[in-house]
Amino acid sequence: MDLKLKIWRQQGPGTKGKFVEYPVKNISADASFLEMMDILNEELVAKGEEPVAFDHDCREGICGMCSLYINGNPHGPDSAITTCQLHMRKFKDGETVVIEPWRAKPFPVIKDLMVDRSAFDDIIQAGGYVSINTGGVPDANDIPIKKENADLAMDAASCIGCGACVAACKNASAMLFVSAKVSQFALLPQGKIEAKRRVESMVAVMDDIGFGNCTNTYACEAVCPKEISVTNIARMNREFFVAKVS
Amino acid sequence: MAKLDSKVPKGPIAEKWTNYKAHQNLVNPANKRKVDVIVVGTGLVGGAAAASLGELGFNVKVFCIQDSPRRAHSIAAQGGINAAKNYPNDGDSVYRLFYDTVKGGDYRAREANVYRLAEVSNNIIDQCVAQGVPFAREYGGLLDNRSFGGALVSRTFYARGQTGQQLLLGAYSALSKEIKKGSVELFTRREVLDIVKIDGKARGIIVRNLVTGELERHGAHAVLLGTGGYGNVFFLSTNAMTSNGGAAWRAYKRGAYFANPSFVQIHPTCIPVHGAYQSKLTLMSESLRNDGRIWVPKKKEDAQKIQKGELKPTEIAEEDRDYYLERRYPAFGNLVPRDVASRAAKERCDAGHGVGNTGLAVYLDFEDAIKRLGRNVIEARYGNLFQMYEKIVDENPYGTPMMIYPAIHYTMGGTWVDYELQSTIPGLFVGGEANFSDHGANRLGASALMQGLSDGYFVLPYTMQNYLADQITVPHFKTDGTEFEQTEKEVQARIDKLFAVKGDETVDSFHRRLGHIMWDNVGMARNKEGLEKAIKEIQELRKEFWQRVKVPGEKTGMNVELEKALRVADFLEQGELMALDALTRNESSGGHFRLEYQTEEGEALRDDKNFTHVSAWEYMGDDEPAKLHKEPLVYENIEVKQRNYKTA
Ligand SMILES: Cc1cc2nc3c(=O)[nH]c(=O)nc-3n(C[C@H](O)[C@H](O)[C@H](O)COP(=O)(O)OP(=O)(O)OC[C@H]3O[C@@H](n4cnc5c(N)ncnc54)[C@H](O)[C@@H]3O)c2cc1C
Ligand code: FES
Repeated sequence: MDLKLKIWRQQGPGTKGKFVEYPVKNISADASFLEMMDILNEELVAKGEEPVAFDHDCREGICGMCSLYINGNPHGPDSAITTCQLHMRKFKDGETVVIEPWRAKPFPVIKDLMVDRSAFDDIIQAGGYVSINTGGVPDANDIPIKKENADLAMDAASCIGCGACVAACKNASAMLFVSAKVSQFALLPQGKIEAKRRVESMVAVMDDIGFGNCTNTYACEAVCPKEISVTNIARMNREFFVAKVS
Repeated sequence: MAKLDSKVPKGPIAEKWTNYKAHQNLVNPANKRKVDVIVVGTGLVGGAAAASLGELGFNVKVFCIQDSPRRAHSIAAQGGINAAKNYPNDGDSVYRLFYDTVKGGDYRAREANVYRLAEVSNNIIDQCVAQGVPFAREYGGLLDNRSFGGALVSRTFYARGQTGQQLLLGAYSALSKEIKKGSVELFTRREVLDIVKIDGKARGIIVRNLVTGELERHGAHAVLLGTGGYGNVFFLSTNAMTSNGGAAWRAYKRGAYFANPSFVQIHPTCIPVHGAYQSKLTLMSESLRNDGRIWVPKKKEDAQKIQKGELKPTEIAEEDRDYYLERRYPAFGNLVPRDVASRAAKERCDAGHGVGNTGLAVYLDFEDAIKRLGRNVIEARYGNLFQMYEKIVDENPYGTPMMIYPAIHYTMGGTWVDYELQSTIPGLFVGGEANFSDHGANRLGASALMQGLSDGYFVLPYTMQNYLADQITVPHFKTDGTEFEQTEKEVQARIDKLFAVKGDETVDSFHRRLGHIMWDNVGMARNKEGLEKAIKEIQELRKEFWQRVKVPGEKTGMNVELEKALRVADFLEQGELMALDALTRNESSGGHFRLEYQTEEGEALRDDKNFTHVSAWEYMGDDEPAKLHKEPLVYENIEVKQRNYKTA
């Protein structure tokens, strides 16, 4: 298929960006979206032009590195996948495809379609862990955990930290990301001990960095490639409330 | 040959590690602050080691290529992690895990290292559970296990199909805790391009800041590489796009011996190649072989019709299917080790029984499992893998069998290290997939995660401390000395040289061409003629690269093409050493299959008399052939036998 790409190009963090149009031809429907970008880039390099910078690594939907905003959707039109799992069969011959970076103040553009998501690391550093050191821990089967809770914790823990939730939210809220981590630990006995401290400091850093409030539009859940549920946000709000009153 | 001292402690194998720890040197808490450690990589080994060294009180600097430590390639591991817990009460033990790993590696791994790995495996599971890693559990609340290839027990712990993700996030959380505390300093989007040696010891690194393009110098008392494997030499592999062997290769060129470079694992269950534009291959976890049955059509005519799209797999009657693994290996069936399963698939496809439009695929069928257990159970076990498959192939594996084919997956070879995981450069430690130490000629499933975390949490924090104990009087390193300056100059010269070529062929194109040479000649089946041809072709391709490669853009600022060019330049050297190693190993063992050396039944034929050794290569200069050193392997606790997966 042939497509018209409208891609956001931006030299660096401080500079002004603009859309540039690129036609691509003879793309196989079985190619992945990023392979289509590779083909474009190889053509650009062959012409001596600079390729389009975009983040990616595992190309199988797990590292959370890829981050394209395609035709107004984080990770594109398909559901429950990342950009690297998107295939060209989801597009029509002759279509115009608009490709932008995540747009959110806490995620400044580094170059073209690449953004800086270190704000997520800052939030995790504020408390997204159990404060134990290596060694001296009990046997793994000493504390039985209800399968239902382990499964729910796993649901929450499958977040890949891609930031699509923030990119989709009109307030650039990071509530889904933060609540997934808070929930994982809230559901497990190992995490309960520090629950109060954790939720308070993670939320404080989240607010400090400038992520917006959650106004319950649930755009985040709709675009999440791992289908992380907004019930995590409710759980985090409960945790936060309990922390405040206790 | 004095340099190849494996430093294996004396004493019975089960007591070696305990003895080592009891007698090693330690650094007192107040002195730890005076000592700097560089950790390259934030995968399982780098993340776990950096966190643990930080907890102990050392000053740690940690580096990774990605934008966050959480994205290291370990994140992609699916199936699980082994440990000798024997929770299922099915007869497992430390010895059995040790035995299976040595046997699985076709008797080409160092006994003492493997025993220690099996010994600390149980601590890993305890540690991860304490960190809040949500492993799969039974209704009774205890941990669940599954089976992996090469074992007769269920010893694999898992978190759905995302075990690597959960283990890495556990290490990342420990690392984040230490970053917050200030004991670890984090440097993301950085690529190490060289190792700095002072008086023969590793004392620092030269790093390219991938955002600004600037070169940076960092000094320390010791350097740890946890930089992963070099499978991307083949261009197409299951590795992530930035996975590379660069740091270990640079260490080699600075004097660290490189061991068994030709030992590469080809994973039997990957989604087949679909087009020339393809950028990577996707693994379908080995855990699928627990319930999936592998087959091809018995009749060639059926296979041909399937290839042309005239027949569907579901239309082939039971008696016309060849479940070739179950037929050839009744004891292990679909759960034979990876090298055996991969070769068997290739054999069937080469004989004309392959499926898919290329004929280079076999079926992995869940029909029986779904009938026996119900779709829900299969969905709970493998739902995310099935979804992944469907998104890529556009077929529903609940209704039609998956198509799979072998692909490059893992590198058993790596930097030569002794029992302490120290290379032949003093002060340079190497862990995880980047070293060669534990898997011999073939790695068993779920054992890389075990090794990464074993090295990172439980081995390196001890052995590095032993080395650092006499470094406390050495002051913090300044990076303005001649050694740093000289090494940085050499890195800059490499970059300048790449820009100076101004050729007409893209980096990817060269990488792809290298991949073809490697896959055809240094892949699943090798022979003398092909390997000699490969060496010549790689040399020519390398020459062409330096005359024709095109690297656009600027030296400053972000330049992805330059990053790739630097990596491919290293791959073009490493590929040759891999072929040379394969050529000198005149036997078949594990993943290294030389067509000249096979049994009548087509199984790998080892030559224990001449090849029970590690091949460690020393760099002698760009125009000199590498020099081979041999570390003899001594088996005192295991009887060396022909591997047999036909009977138990
Ligand atoms: C798809 C897939 C599935 C797998 N499934 C399993 C499984 O189920 N069970 C199992 O046991 N094993 C599995 N493996 C193997 C296992 O995941 C890896 O061998 C293991 O995770 C490697 O860990 P590591 O810490 O050594 O390196 P990696 O996780 O590869 O980490 C390398 C780190 O080094 C950094 N780095 C590399 N080069 C440089 C440089 N020059 N400068 C700076 N930083 C650098 C990277 O940024 C990264 O942080 C799987 C592998 C793949 C590809
Ligand atoms: S590249 Fe890893 S999730 Fe897309």
